[in-house]
Amino acid sequence: MIRWLRPFVFPALLLAALEIWARTVGAGSDAVAPPSAALRAFAAALVDGSLLAATAFTLGSAALGLLVGGGLGVAMGTLLGLSPRASRLGFVSVELLRPVPSVALIPLAMLVFGFGLRMEISVVAFACLWPMAMLTQAAAQQVEPRLLEVARALQMNAWQRFAWIVGPAMVPRLFVALRLGVAIALVVAVTVEIAANPNGMGYAMMIAQQSLDPALMLAWLLWIGVVGFAINAAATWVQQRVARRMGEGRP
Amino acid sequence: MNRRLTPMEIAGSLAVLAALLALWWLASHAGWVSKVFLPTPEATLASLHEGLAAGELAGFTAATVGRMLAGWVLAGVAGVGLGALVGSSAAARAWVGPTLEFIRPLPASAVMPLAIAIFGLSGGMVLAVVAFGAMWPVLLGTVHGLVGVHPRLREVAAALQLGRGEFVWKIGLPNAMPDIVAGMRLAMTISLIVSVVGEMIASQPGLGQAILLAARAFRASELFAGIVLLGAIGFVSNALLALAERRLLRWQHP
Repeated sequence: MIRWLRPFVFPALLLAALEIWARTVGAGSDAVAPPSAALRAFAAALVDGSLLAATAFTLGSAALGLLVGGGLGVAMGTLLGLSPRASRLGFVSVELLRPVPSVALIPLAMLVFGFGLRMEISVVAFACLWPMAMLTQAAAQQVEPRLLEVARALQMNAWQRFAWIVGPAMVPRLFVALRLGVAIALVVAVTVEIAANPNGMGYAMMIAQQSLDPALMLAWLLWIGVVGFAINAAATWVQQRVARRMGEGRP
Repeated sequence: MNRRLTPMEIAGSLAVLAALLALWWLASHAGWVSKVFLPTPEATLASLHEGLAAGELAGFTAATVGRMLAGWVLAGVAGVGLGALVGSSAAARAWVGPTLEFIRPLPASAVMPLAIAIFGLSGGMVLAVVAFGAMWPVLLGTVHGLVGVHPRLREVAAALQLGRGEFVWKIGLPNAMPDIVAGMRLAMTISLIVSVVGEMIASQPGLGQAILLAARAFRASELFAGIVLLGAIGFVSNALLALAERRLLRWQHP
C-alpha cells in the first residue's frame, strides 16, 4: 500500500507547497494560481466543452501529421534500407535536409496554408518524416541475414522477398519507430499551436496566459502533461505487446 | 553507413542533390508553384548573401546560436547535477523518479506561457525554457548511466571505502558518459528548436523572429534564407557533436 502510494508523494508535496505559496505570498499574482483554483478552472473548461474541442484538435492534427509524415518516412526508409545504391545516392541530400529544425517550417506553412489544420499537419509531418525514415532504414538493414539466405534458397523474387520475409521481419522495429513518432507528433503539434496556430491546447494555454488567468493556464499545463503521459504510455504498451507477439527476445 | 563512400558514390550523391536543386529551379521558374511561397534558388541565394554581407542575418544567426549554446550548457550542467543527485540514491529514485518520468513527455514549449507569466517576454525567459526543455535527456541519461554501474564496480568502491561523492565522480559519471553524451546530442537539437520558438513568441532578436517577420511580409526569399541558415546550424552542431562523441568515447573501444 505504502509502496503503491510512493510515486504520488513528491508531486503532492509540490502541489501543496504551490497551494500554500499562492494563497499567502503570491496571492493576487498574475503568474501563478493555487492548484485548487486550477482544478476549478479545469472543471469549468470540461463542462463548457472547450477542453474536449481543443484536445480533439491537437490530437487529431498530431495523428494526421504522423500518418502523412510517418507514411512517407516508412516508404522512404524502406527504399533506402533495401537498396544500398539508393541510400548512397540520397546520402548527401538526406543529411542536409534532416537537421532543418521542424519549427523553422512554421512560418512557411503559415504562408502556404494560412492558419488551421493543414498548416499544423504539414509541420508535424515534416518533423515525423526524418526520424521515422531513419529508423525504418535501420529496420530494413538489420533483417536477419539467415532469413535472406532462406529467401534465396527458395528462389523468391524481389516482391515475394519483401512481402514474406523482409516486411514481417521489420514490423517490431517499425513499432519502435511509431512510438518515437507519436511522441514527436504530440510535442510538435503543441509547439505549433503555441508559436502560431490559433487552435488547440497550446493556443488555449497561450490565451489563458495573455488574459491573465493563471488558474486556467495551470489547468492546461497539467492537462497537456497528463495527455502527453497517457499517449506515450499507450504507445509504449502497444510497442511492447507487438514486440512480444512477434517473438522479439526469443532466440 | 557502415563504410566510407567512394569518390564515385559521393559524386553520384552530389548529382542527386544537384538534381533536386534543378527541380526547385524549374518549379519556381516555370510557375508550377507560386513565387509567393517558393522563391527561385537565385533569389534565396541573393537574400542569403545580402543578409550575411549587410550583417543583419549574420547578427540574427549569432544571436540564435548564442542562445542555443547558452541554454545547452545550462541544460548540461543542471541535467548532470540533478541526474547525479537522483541517480546516486535509491531513495531519491523511488520517490522522485516517477515524477520525472511524468514530466519528461511534456512539450518544452508548453512551459513557455508559464515562463512568460513569471519572467515576462524577455531573453532570460527564453533561455530558462531552453535550458528546462533540453535538460531532460541529459538528466535521464545520467540517471540511467549511474543505475547501470556494474555491481562489481560497486563492490570495488565499497572495498576502497569511497564516499558517495567520490563514487559518483570517479566511477558513476565516467560509467554514465555514453548516456550523458547521447543525452547532450538530443539536448542540442531541443535547444535549437526551443530557441527558435522562443524568438518567435517573445520577439527576441534571432532567426526565429526573422523568418516569422519575413513570412508575414510575404518576403519568401528572406524566409528561405533563414530556413537555410537554421538547417546549417542544425547540420554543423550535429556534426561537431558526433565528432566529439567519437573522441570522448574512444577509451571504450580500445
